[in-house]
Amino acid sequence: MNTLEFTILVAIGSLLAGLLGSLTGLGGGVVIVPLLTLAFGVDIRYAIGASLVSVISTSSGSAAAYLKEGYSNIRIGMFLEVATTIGAITGAYLAASTPTRAIAIIFGVVLLYSAYSASRPPKASSTDDQPDRYAKLLKLDGDYPTAAGKESYHVRHVPAGFSLMYLAGVISGLLGIGSGAVKVLAMDQIMRIPFKVSTTTSNFMIGVTAAASAGIYLHRGYIDPGIAMPVMLGVLGGALIGARILPGAKVRTLRMVFSLVIAALAVEMIFKGLKGSL
Amino acid sequence: MPAIPDWGDKRFEIMIGRLLRYGVFLAASWVLVGGIHYLLQSHSEAMNYKVFRGESDDLRFVREIIRGALELNARGFIQLGILLLIATPVARVAFSVVGFALEKDWLYVGVTLIVLALLVYSLSS
Repeated sequence: MNTLEFTILVAIGSLLAGLLGSLTGLGGGVVIVPLLTLAFGVDIRYAIGASLVSVISTSSGSAAAYLKEGYSNIRIGMFLEVATTIGAITGAYLAASTPTRAIAIIFGVVLLYSAYSASRPPKASSTDDQPDRYAKLLKLDGDYPTAAGKESYHVRHVPAGFSLMYLAGVISGLLGIGSGAVKVLAMDQIMRIPFKVSTTTSNFMIGVTAAASAGIYLHRGYIDPGIAMPVMLGVLGGALIGARILPGAKVRTLRMVFSLVIAALAVEMIFKGLKGSL
Repeated sequence: MPAIPDWGDKRFEIMIGRLLRYGVFLAASWVLVGGIHYLLQSHSEAMNYKVFRGESDDLRFVREIIRGALELNARGFIQLGILLLIATPVARVAFSVVGFALEKDWLYVGVTLIVLALLVYSLSS
C-alpha cells in the first residue's frame, strides 16, 4: 500500500466511524484504534495518537450546538475536569510503560463495556439519596429545560463520582478515546445527574481530557501527521454529515448494529492482544 | 438557592462554543492544505506504520513544529494544524477563567485555573 492509498482508505474508514459515532451518540473515537490496528496494521501507539486528535475535533466542533441547548452544566464539567485531566496525564504516562499487548486487551474490555452500555436503554436514576454537602459547597446543583419548563436537580455522591472521573481520565489517556461511557456512568448513575445533562456535559469534558494526554503523546512522538490527517478530517466530515441527517435517522436500530460492531472489534482486540500479534 | 448559570453566563458560553467551532474549522482547513501538499509530494511512497519508530524532534515540540511549518515542510505544516486543534480545548478553559471572573465566582476561577495549569503542564512537559 502506498501513501495515497493508505490516506484515502483511512479517510473513508474514519468518515464512516465519525458518521456512525455521531448518529448513535457513541463518538467515533472508540472504533478508530481498532480500525487502524486491525485493518491497516498500524502500530497501536500511532493509532492512539491519531484517535486522540479525532476525539478533540468532534468535542470542540460540537460544543456550540450542545451549549445552545442549555443542558450542559459548566460547573459540574469544570470541577470534574480536575479529576479527568489528572487521570489523563496519569494514563498518558502509564501508556509508555505498559506493553502494547496489555493495552490491546484493556482496550477490548473497555470496548465491550461501551457496547454493553450503548445497547441498554438509559435507566431512570432514583433521587431519594441524601443530598451531598460538597454539591452545595461547589454549587453543582442546577436546572435544565424540559417540555414542562425548567426542572432543577441535585447532585449526589460527589467524592465517588470524582473518583470514577479520575478513572475515566486514566482510560482516556491510556487508550486515546473519549471514554464517554465511563463519564456518563459516573454522572448519570452515581452522581444522579439527569441523563441529558450527563451526556452533554460529558461531551464538553471529553475534549479537555483528550487535550491533557495529547500534549504528552505529541512530545513522545506518537502523533504522526500522515495518520492523524486522514483520521481527523474523516471523523470530522462524518460527524458533520451525521448532524445533518440525524433528525430522520433510525437511531435505535443503528445503535444496536454499531454496538455489535464494537463488540466484535473488542473480541478481536482481546484475541490479538492475548496472541501478541498486535 | 445555589448559584446557577444565569443568562449572561450562557451567552458567554455560546460565544465560546462558536469560537471553538471556528478554531476547529481553521485547524481542519490547515490540515487539509498541508495534507494535499503532503500527498502531492509523497503519494507513491510505501507506507510503513507497522513498526513504531516515534516522530523526529521537529514534529514533537511546539517551537520545532512552528519552524517546520514556516519552512513549508508538508508534515510539519500538518502537525501545526493538529497543534492548533489541541489548543482549542485549552482556549476554552482559558476563556472560562474570564467568564467566571466576570461573574465574580472566585471559587470557580480557582478550579478552572487548576485545569488550565494541568493542560499547560501537559503541553510543555
